[in-house]
Amino acid sequence: MADGDLPTDLASRSTNGVTPARGGNPFASRIGGGGVGLQPAPPAAAAPVQPAALVGSAEPLAAAAPSDAPPVTGAGSPALGTPKGKVRLGDRVLLALTTGAAGFVVVLVVLVAFFLLVKSVPSILDDKVNFLTSTEWSPTPGNLRFGIAPLLYTTVVISILAMILAVPTAIGIALFITHYAPKSIARPVAYAIDLLAAIPSIIYGIWGARVLAPHLVGAQHALYHLGGVPLFKDRNVPTGSLFNGGVVLAIMILPIVTAISRDVFERTPRENIEAAWALGATKWEMVRLAVLPYGRAGVISGAMLGLGRALGETIAVFLILSKVSHFSPSMFSGGETIASKIANSASEFNDPASTGAYIAAGLVLFVLTFVVNAAARTIVNRRKDFT
Amino acid sequence: MTATLTRSARPTVFARPSGARKFKNGLATTLVTAAFLVALVPLVWLLWTVISKGFHVIMSSSWWTESQHNQTQKTPGGGALHAIVGTLEQVALCSVISVPIAILVGIYLVEYARGPFARVTTFMVDILTGIPSIVAALFIYALFVSTFHHLRSGWLVSMALVILMVPVIVRTTEEMLKLVPNELREASYALGVPKWKTIAKIVLPTAFTGLVTGVILGVARVAGETAPLLILVGYAQGMNANLFGTKFQGSLPGMINDEFTNLNTATGGSAYHLDPNGKRVAGGAINYAPDRMWGAALTLIAIVLLLNVIARFVARFNKVSQ
Repeated sequence: MADGDLPTDLASRSTNGVTPARGGNPFASRIGGGGVGLQPAPPAAAAPVQPAALVGSAEPLAAAAPSDAPPVTGAGSPALGTPKGKVRLGDRVLLALTTGAAGFVVVLVVLVAFFLLVKSVPSILDDKVNFLTSTEWSPTPGNLRFGIAPLLYTTVVISILAMILAVPTAIGIALFITHYAPKSIARPVAYAIDLLAAIPSIIYGIWGARVLAPHLVGAQHALYHLGGVPLFKDRNVPTGSLFNGGVVLAIMILPIVTAISRDVFERTPRENIEAAWALGATKWEMVRLAVLPYGRAGVISGAMLGLGRALGETIAVFLILSKVSHFSPSMFSGGETIASKIANSASEFNDPASTGAYIAAGLVLFVLTFVVNAAARTIVNRRKDFT
Repeated sequence: MTATLTRSARPTVFARPSGARKFKNGLATTLVTAAFLVALVPLVWLLWTVISKGFHVIMSSSWWTESQHNQTQKTPGGGALHAIVGTLEQVALCSVISVPIAILVGIYLVEYARGPFARVTTFMVDILTGIPSIVAALFIYALFVSTFHHLRSGWLVSMALVILMVPVIVRTTEEMLKLVPNELREASYALGVPKWKTIAKIVLPTAFTGLVTGVILGVARVAGETAPLLILVGYAQGMNANLFGTKFQGSLPGMINDEFTNLNTATGGSAYHLDPNGKRVAGGAINYAPDRMWGAALTLIAIVLLLNVIARFVARFNKVSQ
């Protein structure tokens, strides 16, 4: 592959004209230490040096000089406001508000992790069987026996199946929109794919369970006859199998993978494409030489985001999968994912101990999606750093 | 690839591509086009199913004016008013809380953010984007029900939806504010306008339609969420407009889920069923659950897609185009 040879001096995904050095923010670094409260500790003498300094006005001087005048809070003409030395009240208020809101988001995520942990740890400690490896699930108060293994297996298998189906299709659609279709078709297609993303998951659920499922039975039988691997073995569930759920999940994550792939494919530098043309490449060779290598990181991160969504999808999977009494590793058997198990058992949340078991399952799901999403973002951000 | 390069480098620069290359090219074109066609199948199929099965249901006037109070799957009539009211209330409360917070976070990230705290915030917004709805619901349950001993109630659903809505709006706000040309800000500063006023009077108005688009997309995102409903409030067939009461509350996703569980329960033989006029008719059971389920699904899709179309329409008037 010659992809490494092509120059990749590319605009990163979202840097179209962002803030250059503007007013120095005394808060950003101060709060970074971990304190994320709302209190707007008045920034001492750190008056923001405004970029107006560039035009050579008297502002920097005024800003540096300490002034006893009360902060101007918006009186006077906006066009020719007289700059005062102190940080204006309005500036302080807005800074405090926005920083506080940002702090709220940070605290929220920390709280989610904290509460899931606090509420689940007692139950996990009381668990009579191994939480991670057991296949039992009977969180009866006093005799807690629950293990996450089959739920985790089902969650991962169904999500990976969805990925296998969705990612190549999404790459195809993204290429179609960005490099194959004429503009007049590309735009409506992109719009239609976005519509897929807007449809609520419960509607995918009822459609997948009642309308699509009967049509998948044939494909399921065909695959079953392919081989004796455990993944294909059982077929006691004609509809409501993991296969069935995976197909619907694939449709659900298609839009997000497509959207991100489309985004990076669109930004392929003109020079790379023209260089490929100039070498006499066919269209496919151009795509393989210029577009795909350039978009690889974006596609991977899009796929990871799709995976994160598939892992956490609740209601569609809940409505589609048939529950089975005995766990089977087969793709053509039923089962329950972590999310569908929790949703199914919401009525049993009456005792702290058994609720803790379900919250423990939720914690595992949280950690799983956290890792997948963080990995996806790291790939995107590293890409940004390079470019 | 090297084969291609050496061949092109020969004196016969304008040689036609070889058969194998042409074949590969044709195959790739076919596959790419096929991928696009394959993706359209579920979209069209799903929309057609919902519309064809739900349209006659939502066309009756009682659908919009009555609840399912005292209805069973064997009795005709009733409507989805209770569900529509419940969903609108839950989403409205969620929006009232989410929108200001999310827009402030967006402003922070674009206009103020520097240093490690900015990176932490960006990262946390990313994580929040990825939190599954069931985990958000479990967190609200663990916080309010387990710890503070509130009873399950409609407003708890709104709280869970806040967690899901905030990151969506933060992301769009961020993108939209970044699109505001820096020259506008600098011109404002050059005239001595303070930063907060620049943001309030220059940046936000310029990006306003973009922000509205983000909010609408956020609303559309949470309106169809079902997982929090299952955990945080029971489904009630009757009207309950009290978001803060401890009674169960109807909602469109809840109604779809409820009717879904009724799909198979009425198929046993009963001596009679009621026809649409309320008369007893001998014979096997008629089940009205499918009608109601698809009707509720169509109502929900209509609301969500309408919001999306409005968002697109508003975005078209954006002063700063993408």
